Amino acid sequence: MNREFTEALKNEFGTNILDAVTSRNETYLTVKKEANVKICDHIYHHLDIPLISIFATDERKKDGCFKVHYVFSIGKGDAFVIIKINIDGKSPRYNSITHKIAAANWYEREIQDMFGLLPVGHPDPRRLVHFEDWPDGVYPLRKDFDIKTKPPRVEGEYVYRRVEGEGVYEIPVGPVHAGVIEPGHFRFSVAGEPIINLEIRHFYTHKGVEKLFENISLDKAVFLAERISGDNSAAHAVAFCQAVERIAGIDIPARAKYIRVVLLELERVYNHLGDIAGIATDVAFAMGAAHANRLKEEILQLNEKVTGSRMLRGMNAIGGVRRDIGDKKDEILLKLSEIQHDFRELIEYLMAIPSLVDRIETTGRIYNDTAKGLHVVGPAARASGIDRDMRRDHAYAAYPEFNFKVPVQKAGDVNARTLVRADEVCESIGLIEQALWSLPDGDIKINIGEIPDGYALGYTEAPRGETLYWVMIENNRIVRCKVRDPSFCNWLAIEYAVLDNIVPDFPIVNKSLSLSYSGNDM
Amino acid sequence: MTVEDEVEIMGQRLNSRIKNIFGRSLHIREVDAGSCNACEVEVNSLSNPIYDIERFGIHIVASPRHADMLLVTGPVTRNMELALLKTYNATPSPKLVAAMGSCACNGGIFGDTYASGGGVDKFIPVDVYIPGCPPRPQAVIFGIMVAIDKLAQKIKKTEVNP
Repeated sequence: MNREFTEALKNEFGTNILDAVTSRNETYLTVKKEANVKICDHIYHHLDIPLISIFATDERKKDGCFKVHYVFSIGKGDAFVIIKINIDGKSPRYNSITHKIAAANWYEREIQDMFGLLPVGHPDPRRLVHFEDWPDGVYPLRKDFDIKTKPPRVEGEYVYRRVEGEGVYEIPVGPVHAGVIEPGHFRFSVAGEPIINLEIRHFYTHKGVEKLFENISLDKAVFLAERISGDNSAAHAVAFCQAVERIAGIDIPARAKYIRVVLLELERVYNHLGDIAGIATDVAFAMGAAHANRLKEEILQLNEKVTGSRMLRGMNAIGGVRRDIGDKKDEILLKLSEIQHDFRELIEYLMAIPSLVDRIETTGRIYNDTAKGLHVVGPAARASGIDRDMRRDHAYAAYPEFNFKVPVQKAGDVNARTLVRADEVCESIGLIEQALWSLPDGDIKINIGEIPDGYALGYTEAPRGETLYWVMIENNRIVRCKVRDPSFCNWLAIEYAVLDNIVPDFPIVNKSLSLSYSGNDM
Repeated sequence: MTVEDEVEIMGQRLNSRIKNIFGRSLHIREVDAGSCNACEVEVNSLSNPIYDIERFGIHIVASPRHADMLLVTGPVTRNMELALLKTYNATPSPKLVAAMGSCACNGGIFGDTYASGGGVDKFIPVDVYIPGCPPRPQAVIFGIMVAIDKLAQKIKKTEVNP
């Protein structure tokens, strides 16, 4: 797959492609800096391959330049194509691709803030990660920036988009919200009830995670990956471990792969149950919410019994898993069958209540082309008719061994997202059952010594959608770890989803997209 | 002992203390100062039908102006510092502050960096520390109980002896 693809690109672009390296399912094509727009546009629009991440590296010490990577994912054939351009540190500028590919928007702004590489021609060149009080010319992910530096606060102002007209007013919300949720700022422009425009402003919880990865040892890094987005701990940890395992070229024991599937699916079940509870809460249907919350709590208690942590933390390690769950098999299966029975009943009950369905049908619609253009991922994408799931398209751990369906809905509204989640819960329980019934014997972890120098992608389908890691290791230390949480893709979709909806429906739309602030801000 | 029994026993003790000091109930405002959202999951768990802390007289409120106590999570990021201070100043005195989770206690794994402040007590006075990553709901209930005892001491100190 990769070879044909590389040949086709070489024929099309000839001397613009300087170098091609393939390892595993990843092909790295170094191209001329000036050709990035042309080539990315061709891959994205002509070959119809989605752009799933853009990130930069500071390799000035070794190669004398910065590098920007564009990651494309070929679902059919399980391959990744990474287009690389080199950028000289003396003139840190390159051409923006956002006017061709809308999904590149935030990535380019993030690189501008963290590396000081200027995307020339970006339609919205404001800051993204740093606030107005951050001084100019300080870029945390450059190698010459010390993580302990505390840059002074400077004067500055953030300019919001303004909507003007008769009767238009603004509603600012956050960063400290009324409910128990994470911090972020929303600015609604409203005329009467319907929302004309929403601007989101995030990165309140920016904790310098990517820089921190470069300053800690490898085993501690798993611990950090678990704490990027708290309720997606297992998905992040597995994605990180898989990246490192791929660099080391090791295949973990089959039993560990099966256990990882159980952990990842338990996580999906409790997240989806929590989201369904949230939707019931936001339409003021307390009884439905109480039922869903009880089921979620039962999974959290099961997690604690099985792994020692309600959030499934501390289980994954580079080379496998830390704790065997074989002896808890019957307990898990029994509990899940009870939960499945109750859950089916609950969903039937919820979906038969007209006042609930009325609130969620046609609310917060994300049309298929919007979802595709922004590269929305996870249940939100599948509810808008995008049939993508990393577990199937880029299978990892033990997923190739199991049967499962990827539920897809077309409507793109809150109702569709709820139905996708409901179906996924049942599929997940099915996956856990399959994994536990056929749990292979053997070790759960292999010892790995020094990790050789290299780089690789690691990925999982978290409850919120595809989670992507790109790790580069030198001398057994991480020199760059790019984390792409699913929420980073999905946040912009909410600006479209709420249009023409009324302000009181915003919480439902927000909950139905189930977005992580911390995973986004990092 | 089941989780339900644990919560019941602790909750009754908590309830009697709240009654003694506050008359009716304790109002808490939760502030996320940059947590990873696991602590939020556990705070939300406190309101589910298993723990249901409202029956012990604890109410999670929407505004700091209604709160007796702030429950702060996260290492206090550079970008949340101002919002946390504003929230603290908006809370009427006498007030309690509980730092929930390892990050809030001392920065946790995020430490003290360009973006992370390294713990709540560097920015506002903290009365109780609730360790754990994240702390279990039972631990949070226990932490709140310890905080209430501290408030009793605080009130005593401010009383003028005849």
